[in-house]
Amino acid sequence: MIAAQKILTDEMVAKIEALAPRYPNRRALTLPALHIVNAELLHVPLEAVAEIAQVLGLAPAEVQDTMTFYEFFHQEKPHGKVRAFVCRSISCALRGGDHLLEHLCHKNGIPPYGTTADGSLTIEPAECLGACDFAPCILANDDLLKNMTPEAAEAELQKPRARAT
Amino acid sequence: MQPFKPVLLEAVGVPNGYTIASYKSRGGYAPLEKILAEKQPAEVVEMVKASGLRGRGGAGFSTGLKWTFLPKDHPGPIYLCINADESEPGTFNNRILMEDDPHQVIEGIILSAYATRASTAYIYLRYEYPQSWHRLEAAIDEAYAAGYLGKNIRGTNFSLDIYLHRGAAAYICGEETGLIESLEGKRAWPRIKPPFPAIEGLFHKPTVVNNIETMACVAQIARRGIEWFKSIGVPADPNNPRDPGSYGPKLYCLSGHVEKPGCYEAPLGITARELINHFGGGVWKGRKAKAVIPGGISMGLMTESELDTPLDFAGPGKVGCLGLGTAAVVVIDDQTSIVDFLHNSCRFFAHESCGQCTPCREGTSWSLRMLERMKAGKGRLKDLDILLEIGNTMGMMPGSTICGLADGAAWPIKNAIKKFRGEFEDYIKRTNPSGWMVTDPVPALQIVGAH
Ligand SMILES: Cc1cc2nc3c(=O)[nH]c(=O)nc-3n(C[C@H](O)[C@H](O)[C@H](O)COP(=O)(O)O)c2cc1C
Ligand code: SF4
Ligand code: FES
Repeated sequence: MIAAQKILTDEMVAKIEALAPRYPNRRALTLPALHIVNAELLHVPLEAVAEIAQVLGLAPAEVQDTMTFYEFFHQEKPHGKVRAFVCRSISCALRGGDHLLEHLCHKNGIPPYGTTADGSLTIEPAECLGACDFAPCILANDDLLKNMTPEAAEAELQKPRARAT
Repeated sequence: MQPFKPVLLEAVGVPNGYTIASYKSRGGYAPLEKILAEKQPAEVVEMVKASGLRGRGGAGFSTGLKWTFLPKDHPGPIYLCINADESEPGTFNNRILMEDDPHQVIEGIILSAYATRASTAYIYLRYEYPQSWHRLEAAIDEAYAAGYLGKNIRGTNFSLDIYLHRGAAAYICGEETGLIESLEGKRAWPRIKPPFPAIEGLFHKPTVVNNIETMACVAQIARRGIEWFKSIGVPADPNNPRDPGSYGPKLYCLSGHVEKPGCYEAPLGITARELINHFGGGVWKGRKAKAVIPGGISMGLMTESELDTPLDFAGPGKVGCLGLGTAAVVVIDDQTSIVDFLHNSCRFFAHESCGQCTPCREGTSWSLRMLERMKAGKGRLKDLDILLEIGNTMGMMPGSTICGLADGAAWPIKNAIKKFRGEFEDYIKRTNPSGWMVTDPVPALQIVGAH
């Protein structure tokens, strides 16, 4: 038998274990673990789900069930290096949010939730980002892009962006 | 309007206002030290109860009273969950408190944990707040270093750890039992109540869930006293023994079609018109308001003629809205189609329904499909009655669902159609001149009839 390829690195497992004392059981580590893996891999493939389950002492189905509840985690393929959440909720929509989303998808040649061919950018519609004072707005990785016009947003999303969290 | 000096927002605009040094220079943490030295937990519960503080997360339940529901003499652990999932469209006051004055929130959490005898507090923070994450993380570290967190705080036998726990972009995680399920590592399906979290909550233990702004209010009550808090806002109606009043300052979020969107602090009971004109610089572009959301999209709509309604806990209900909610006021100008508004609202709730109750899962998605058909020029007058029927039958109030998301989905539908029916009818007749009068079921609607 060939040893299974490990997807979770030792660093990822160490990060998960470091959080364990915060919770009285290991199931509560599910969401933190998914975030730790997703921050590195930009998605959580099924094999990673199985490995997380093993680390936490859960059935893979339990982790998969939780993961798929949150549309946040992609499973099939990584999201772009920049992940842009474009707000479509009411305060942004009143100031051009829907138009912004349409424009950005059109200019980048991708549908909503799509990723550019070079893997640099994913555009996702989002519900209220809690920044309605800056409507219409976009959260691109850790950066809140405020009061966006379609043109300004187009330029902003060309820039590479760090992701600290 | 009476002049009013911001208290909850006093750190906004102060350079490095988010540091512990700045917070202490403004009088922060001194009240905590005094209370730990002089008061028993039960006295802190009494203080918060006597202040009349009602939760700022949306339901407006008395904070002190909620704490008294915890079992007496429980061996522990008791958990405190701080709800920082803030996802109600239009709402951003928790974000500003966490970014600009995280220590005010932390002092409130420490006081609340002391009162409820909790030794672990989790802050459930929505994923989309990276800046809040950084500020809270740094502030929690500072509080540990200063001896306000950790073991045997200030030489007492009270210990507390605060942990940040990050969500993953789902509105339902703000519902208190959805939050608990999510924290436990499961899908965020709200629980049937009772048992209430105070009896059986996180990890099956007694749990209090409170909002971030509620925590900031607790810190200010400790600093400035019960009399101060009760001197602000709208007193209880003496003719209504069940009215607990609306005391204290409130953070109102103003957005949409106003000149100056922002988070503004005012005494509870300010009217939407005062907010828009005094703080917001008026409706944008010199236009008039057509409708205003009084407290997040779940609360429904007020018409322009209802804008003098006081935005206290009792006010919006008097004009048929669901309540004060999060006090997030969204202005919709007279050039905006109410059909577009309702489509946006229905899309939000169809996307965010967790799916476990059939009336909510199906009701939200059917209402969205009907609005989409309407916008595609295939609306019929009959749709308005069907939408109203959905609105009247899904929710905790009619008793058909587990949580209040469905009531929040129903209210915009009911308010929009009842208050703007003429506009819907004109729109449908204009966009579907040959079919507006048809009453035969269309395929999707037949299924509605089956329920
Ligand atoms: C669908 C739904 C979403 C909610 N979202 C939030 C939220 O994001 N933040 C919040 O504090 N309360 C939210 N609530 C209210 C909570 O269930 C709970 O009442 C509140 O956190 C209690 O805190 P408080 O008493 O300090 O207001 C929501 C309720 C429902 C039904
Ligand atoms: S009312 Fe809706 S959101 Fe709430 S539990 Fe039921 S299906 Fe889920
Ligand atoms: S509606 Fe877009 S940030 Fe709130």
